[in-house]
Amino acid sequence: MQVPILKQGDYLIASVQAVLTDTDLLELRDRLTEQVGTYRARAVIIDLTVLDVMDSFATRTLRALAQSLRLRGAATVIVGIQPDVAFAMTQLGLQLGSVATALDLEEGLELLRRQERRGGSHVR
Amino acid sequence: MSDDLRLPIKSDADVVTARQQGRELAARLGFGECELTLIATAISEVARNIVEYAGRGEVVLSLTDVNNSPGIIVVARDEGPGIPNLELALRDGYSTHGSLGLGLPGARRLMDEFEIVSEVGKGTTVTMKKWLPRHTMRFPLSPRR
Repeated sequence: MQVPILKQGDYLIASVQAVLTDTDLLELRDRLTEQVGTYRARAVIIDLTVLDVMDSFATRTLRALAQSLRLRGAATVIVGIQPDVAFAMTQLGLQLGSVATALDLEEGLELLRRQERRGGSHVR
Repeated sequence: MSDDLRLPIKSDADVVTARQQGRELAARLGFGECELTLIATAISEVARNIVEYAGRGEVVLSLTDVNNSPGIIVVARDEGPGIPNLELALRDGYSTHGSLGLGLPGARRLMDEFEIVSEVGKGTTVTMKKWLPRHTMRFPLSPRR
């Protein structure tokens, strides 16, 4: 199922609505990397609230996605990772590296606005 | 209990089906949300290995009750190329496919029991078990699924 991507000001918000197959994830990666250019977005928020499982493939793909977006000049914030998913990721030994995270969409937006108010560059 | 569920695995959509079915079956035993996610994540890893390395295979899910100790058994089986060096394959960060190399060692950490049998040219069978804890740990989760 295709993940809807909403444009809000300078930001793109990808809101995962259902479980994701590997193909869905790769498709999301390609579409976001492209749309950052189309909409001249400065940041992308990926909302994973409903994601059931974050395994090694999903982690690797999201990490690579954040790196590609950075190369395209946009910051990435991953939001909504649930407690049980976070716990499983830790057990598995998975890390998101330097990708910014926030509790939920609201906190993610706040994180980006704070960075902007500071006048500096976005989260990395 | 004989609730054997045989699930053919040949695509990434089957990987999602397998982990969802595993979650549902384990939920029937009374596992908490947190353990259900551990089980689903472990199934996701071993099922993906089937697709990635063997192309096709199956995941068999069943419930067990040994000495009044209930649990779920996950068997992931393929007739793919097999793993030449199991010790290496179970080591964190080792991968021949450019992945993170955390699939097998990670799945082992997520489950209570983990056994792997592999023969080059014949295939690989992973058997994993998770026992229902006496005190199921629960995070205060709001319903979302």
